[in-house]
Amino acid sequence: MNQIMQTAETGPSTDSAKAAGGEAYNFAYLDEQTKRMIRRALLKALAIPGYQVPFASREMPMPYGWGTGGVQVTAACLLPDDCLKVIDQGADDTTNAVSIRRFFQRTAGVQTTEVTGEATLIQTRHRIPETELVAGQILVYQVPIPEPLRFLEPRETETRKMHALEEYGLMHVKLYEDISQHGHIATAYSYPVKVEGRYVMDPSPIPKFDNPKMHGSSAIQLFGAGREQRIYAIPPYTRVHSLDFDDYPFEPMRADQTCALCGAEDSYLDEVIMDDEGTRMFVCSDTDYCGGRLEAGHEGQQGDAT
Amino acid sequence: MTDILRVNGLSKSYGNQIGCADVCFDVYPGEVLGIVGESGSGKTTLLRCLAGHLEADGGSVEFVLRDGVRRDTLTMDEAERRQLGRTDWAFVHQNPRDGLRMAISAGGNIGERLMAIGDRHYGNIRATATSWLERVEIDPARIDDRPSTFSGGMQQRLQIARNLVTAPRLVFMDEPTGGLDVSVQARLLDLLRGLVAELGIAVIIVTHDLAVVRMLADRMMVMRRGKVVESGLADQVLDDPSHEYTQLLVSSALQV
Amino acid sequence: MYVAVKGGEKAIDNAHRWLAELRRGDQAVAELELDQIAEQLSLSVARVMAEGSLFDPRLAALAIKQARGDLIEAIFLVRAFRTTLPRFGGTSPVNTGAMICSRRISATFKDIPGGQILGPTFDYTHRLLDFDLAETGQVPAAEQGADDATAKPHVLGLIGREGLMQAEHATSNDDAIPDLTREPLTYPADRAVRLQALARGDEGFILGLGYSTQRGYARNHAFVGELRIGLVEVEMDIPELGFAITIGEIEITECETVNQFQGSKTEPAQFTRGYGLVFGQQERKSIAMALVDRALRWRELGEDYVGAPAQNEEFVLSHCDNIQATGFVEHIKLPHYVDFQSELELIRRIRGEAGIQADLENGHDMKGAAE
Repeated sequence: MNQIMQTAETGPSTDSAKAAGGEAYNFAYLDEQTKRMIRRALLKALAIPGYQVPFASREMPMPYGWGTGGVQVTAACLLPDDCLKVIDQGADDTTNAVSIRRFFQRTAGVQTTEVTGEATLIQTRHRIPETELVAGQILVYQVPIPEPLRFLEPRETETRKMHALEEYGLMHVKLYEDISQHGHIATAYSYPVKVEGRYVMDPSPIPKFDNPKMHGSSAIQLFGAGREQRIYAIPPYTRVHSLDFDDYPFEPMRADQTCALCGAEDSYLDEVIMDDEGTRMFVCSDTDYCGGRLEAGHEGQQGDAT
Repeated sequence: MTDILRVNGLSKSYGNQIGCADVCFDVYPGEVLGIVGESGSGKTTLLRCLAGHLEADGGSVEFVLRDGVRRDTLTMDEAERRQLGRTDWAFVHQNPRDGLRMAISAGGNIGERLMAIGDRHYGNIRATATSWLERVEIDPARIDDRPSTFSGGMQQRLQIARNLVTAPRLVFMDEPTGGLDVSVQARLLDLLRGLVAELGIAVIIVTHDLAVVRMLADRMMVMRRGKVVESGLADQVLDDPSHEYTQLLVSSALQV
Repeated sequence: MYVAVKGGEKAIDNAHRWLAELRRGDQAVAELELDQIAEQLSLSVARVMAEGSLFDPRLAALAIKQARGDLIEAIFLVRAFRTTLPRFGGTSPVNTGAMICSRRISATFKDIPGGQILGPTFDYTHRLLDFDLAETGQVPAAEQGADDATAKPHVLGLIGREGLMQAEHATSNDDAIPDLTREPLTYPADRAVRLQALARGDEGFILGLGYSTQRGYARNHAFVGELRIGLVEVEMDIPELGFAITIGEIEITECETVNQFQGSKTEPAQFTRGYGLVFGQQERKSIAMALVDRALRWRELGEDYVGAPAQNEEFVLSHCDNIQATGFVEHIKLPHYVDFQSELELIRRIRGEAGIQADLENGHDMKGAAE
């Protein structure tokens, strides 16, 4: 095993580090060889919708769990004339979204935007934008645990076999147990889906409200899990069915409120606690969608506690 | 009537140790075949090879699929064998903990095979589970309880319900009454006899208990040191054993 | 009036500046120099190099300085830098038999050819705080023997000559050895991959697992056949030259354990081996690694799987990497309010329906009581 441990030059190493630490990184940080490796995995993933393709995830300069998978997929897809949007929890201005956007501004120098319609590539954590995506756009999801069966069966060797043999009975047993215990399927996010009638897939921790947006989307949807070294994808116009029972059909869910700022009745809402009395208000989680509606003259009952 | 299972020259050894050697027999639809022998006689090895839990060294295990095609299950790929394992075949373990999901409700345990073959109606699954609980004499009110709260006899009956719910055509049973009290055993045997007759399932049952064979089996095989030493109609073998080992077995059983 | 919180960018910038200030500490105190770290905190440097999988003491020292002494953070910095380095190729296998040993001990034999070398070890120090160190760092020079660059035979090789040691099958093709940092980890993993993962795995995690084998969770009766620390040459084939040249010298620690023998009626009994190899002077890690390596070999050696954590390849390899672990454990502090919101909606709905049910039942009871 010794020969694969890599030795950097032991000489003036800090100088070489300095040279690399400046702006001497390749376009979008990753070297071309690595990008090619990731693109091959992406193509395979697109060819087998919902199937988890192992890839040699690289160590990124941000921690695992912060979106290293999504960042690598984005890096492999970005072209110099792309326009990038990054959201976390639906918002462009959350700290991790800011941090990732800056990373690509610095390493790829691409144009960035907060407007969903202007973006050619959107990297997201936990949400799908409210504005419908169109052909030509790419949505990159950050994925913590790609394996939808992981919490039913911890062994990777076994879950791969279950996917290969389409043994998904256990997944429905879990849903059955939910209904018998709670009267509902008790999964509110990371709600499992079946892709094109074959692979059961974890849609990443998006609220189940967003699940229907994946179905038949015109955009390319790519999923990257860095720590778990997996890439998977939904090509455009693919059937994405949220698992359910005939008599307990899947139900997207949102707070039964309207946005206090823009009055939207159809968007996913964040609940904000206003004061010590527990006064709450609800606002759009998608900041771009909310801003767009405000500009168009829509109005909610701002500040009106509900 | 043609056989449903035809076993030929089945062998399995562990290093120098013989598990079972050159075993041949047939099973017909609706028939109960008992395999008896002392512990170490190779009967469990044989059962596990038949069910595909252990890889056999040689021989063939031909099973007639629903479409009438005869297939050697030893050379099937894993996908086909697992498919068989959740449709036409079932396996009842001696210890119900090995055959049940202890962290899942009784209803979920029964429903699993239904969902595995595509049942997607909660109400129907629940209704089927309820009726099966009744059939195996478990109070349907316990449908949402976990098997860990059940007695040993109830767990074993639940395991049987979970296995029979998809109407398999061949069931493997490994000492199904093994860990139970005598009174509980009798009730379980009674229940099994009724279900098997009613559903017309073929059963291969492994046991060291001749009383089980006498009560359930149509035919029986006696194993010793990995080999079949005698086989025939259960009554005949038990009442008039020809091999000296069987004679010993029968006489010692009678003394108990 | 509600205004959505903005200003993520400004907060990040300020946080970074504050962090830099704290790293430097009191300006009146002299700043740490990399040489000081590399020379005086050499065991920290060794750990950062090993778990960072990059042999470069100066870079490791820089990482330790930048990470304010947080070694896992330092390892992370080194790993992130390592990813950007091009891979030129593989070196020839390092010949640890030719090591120039600064320390070499065997627990299985009193004396060994080439001699036991105690070397610079904490082993027989009394762990008393040395208050003199708080004042001055002047130390008297240790007595020095003549340089001994002769190759020392491996103790396990000596046992092996008698046929008592199970032989390791040589890998015929070095290119066939996968590189954990370039290929995804898949299961079952072969031993080469397992050893790579253990070598860069978290010292504390490997230590705990190794310890668990000694306490009965897959006990494998290990003796330290040999532990050696010293310098080895790293050679690489240069295609243009057509032969291998030395490209550097690295310090490593190698531990080989002699473990319980096995055999059967047909095969005579033989001892088996656990193997640990790490950058720098890291005895604790290398011994623990050898214990875990041996525990993971149960399948290949036809032993029983007793369900011990150290035997479970997926468990060990999926969780031994501290950069993966620290990232995922800490990421739950990132905002999750979208998911939490959907859980809130669901639990309110379930409770709401249960409440209606309870009210109905209570109402019924009260009515019954009134009657």
